[in-house]
Amino acid sequence: MSPRLAARLGSGLFWAAVALILAYMTIPALVVLMTSLSPSELLEFPPSGLSLKWYARAVSYPDFQAAFANGLIVTAFASTCALAVGSAFAYLIDRYVFPGRAALEAVLSSPLIVPHFTTGFGFLLLGAGLGIGRSYLLVILAHVMLVLPFVIRSVYVSLRNLDPHLERAAANLGASPWRVLSRVTLPLLLPGMAGGWLVAAILSLTEFTASLYVTAERTQTLPVAMYTYIREYTDPTIAAIAALLILGTTALIFVANRYLGLRRILSIDAH
Amino acid sequence: MGQGAAAGTPPFAAETAVELVGVGKSFGPVTAVRELSLAIRRGEVLTLLGPSGCGKTTLLNMIAGFEEPSAGRILIDGRDVTEVPPYLRDTGMVFQSYALFPHMDVFENVAFGLRMRKLPKAKIAAEVMRALEMVKLGGLERRRVRQLSGGQQQRVALARAIVLRPKVLLLDEPLSALDKNLRAQMQVELKELHERTRLTTLFVTHDQGEALSLSDRIVVMSRGEIQQIAAPIELYRHPANSFVASFIGEINRLPPARCRLSGGEIVFSLAGIELTAARRDDLALGDGQQVHLFVRPEHLAVAAEAAGGRNRIACRVVTHVYQGTHTLTRVEAGALGVLQLRVPGGAVIERAPPGSEIGVEINLDEAVALPD
Repeated sequence: MSPRLAARLGSGLFWAAVALILAYMTIPALVVLMTSLSPSELLEFPPSGLSLKWYARAVSYPDFQAAFANGLIVTAFASTCALAVGSAFAYLIDRYVFPGRAALEAVLSSPLIVPHFTTGFGFLLLGAGLGIGRSYLLVILAHVMLVLPFVIRSVYVSLRNLDPHLERAAANLGASPWRVLSRVTLPLLLPGMAGGWLVAAILSLTEFTASLYVTAERTQTLPVAMYTYIREYTDPTIAAIAALLILGTTALIFVANRYLGLRRILSIDAH
Repeated sequence: MGQGAAAGTPPFAAETAVELVGVGKSFGPVTAVRELSLAIRRGEVLTLLGPSGCGKTTLLNMIAGFEEPSAGRILIDGRDVTEVPPYLRDTGMVFQSYALFPHMDVFENVAFGLRMRKLPKAKIAAEVMRALEMVKLGGLERRRVRQLSGGQQQRVALARAIVLRPKVLLLDEPLSALDKNLRAQMQVELKELHERTRLTTLFVTHDQGEALSLSDRIVVMSRGEIQQIAAPIELYRHPANSFVASFIGEINRLPPARCRLSGGEIVFSLAGIELTAARRDDLALGDGQQVHLFVRPEHLAVAAEAAGGRNRIACRVVTHVYQGTHTLTRVEAGALGVLQLRVPGGAVIERAPPGSEIGVEINLDEAVALPD
């Protein structure tokens, strides 16, 4: 075998492997997408035809509409609260050395380790104990905690990438500490904060496990409503709403990557 | 001025722009700057020169207000600013990394300080344009700073500082990030800029070439202490100690020598040979004193014959480093060790190839003798 043929074969194998991995990662979403286009009354794969009627039903189904609205309310409050709290914590961890800093960092990233099931169950008991039931407040509290590590991470990375000389330069040019913050620090952290907010929003919109515990029928979010639906019906409406959720999330991530540079936000630049 | 005496602070001379009085800085057990006093004269370029870790940047940061001194007072224009936060000190700093605001264009970077002072819009625009013209960046005011070359960023950083006409301009190794040719060009421009603005300037560098060509006076620092304060020529010709002698320019350090006064001459006996120098005012040496002789490479010459004649020693050529206008030749000089010669042109490379025997004449007329 000539070296050139070997190289070509090698690169062929490489691309085949890449294609396999891509297929493996996207197959579940593709199966759902295809099923959602089926004209059949039952969930079937592969679909026997092509129809958009389940999409029409999905967007007009009152439970889904209400759940989507709930989800938007919960997400808006949860991501915004998480952004405020997370930014403060990120600033604290980046700028100050204090006893218990390592412990604080560990606690703040604990939602990555504790199963959502446990978190949801804990908040459910807490809600009952505090007498706030399964209200919006409880759902939002649970979601803030779940998305907090991602917001902190995003803002923290932006802070790390911020040249500390910029703040000194601003002070040297006559900017008071407040103006250094408002004219230099915050504008430069903005992409990181926006990215953190967006990641939080996507996670909150699609969170299911913990939400199942802390939502009531009145406060249920879209993934919970979908779960309730699939327990009662077996038509492709569920596939259509799932497809919409996937497409919506993809669009959000695409926009975030395009305008905010998610790659830059979520990893520390080497410069 | 001179209002200080009544208030119990030291009298402050009008020609002094910045004064450090017993200023020192320790970080925990580590002393970065030993307590020292220093005055920067109005309108001069004073350079802090020293190897990294000598405390020069710490000193600069204390004047700007980024570091708090552990001891002493700092006065700018006669006002004690030791407790004053950086944004009220009116110093203009140019950072090594330039520290330009990446979210603003060139104009906004230069305008930043003027906006902080709440000047009227028209005045800001005029001042910014004038400063940009001064650093030869006219027409680039709407560029993003990321789109600029290193040299251009450097100029923006300069314009941003000088536009405020600070009481003292603080330059923290501003040329070290530039490549060699650009650095030489910026040295000339910095000099011209100073001619025009006459801003009191404190320049921090570890590059002795930069220090010699830009400064009115140089403060040589080592390990948090001032070694010598002098004009560049003075520093080069009369280093106060062996640290300064070896840090400024190239120099040959000869083995310890014992002096003997003989008529109009001083005879140095070292390593079994004798070197003689005419008596000079600045070589106030006693009979029998132990000294180290320091000789610049340009004061060593290739002699016509290998031996004989005054201060002539036999050497073997080790290497030549050709530098265009001159050649740096290293020779093995027996008991004197390895010596470096600065020979004009490049003819010596063919005349005395490595390994050949030559005579080297040591001219002690400008040699420095420092006590052992």
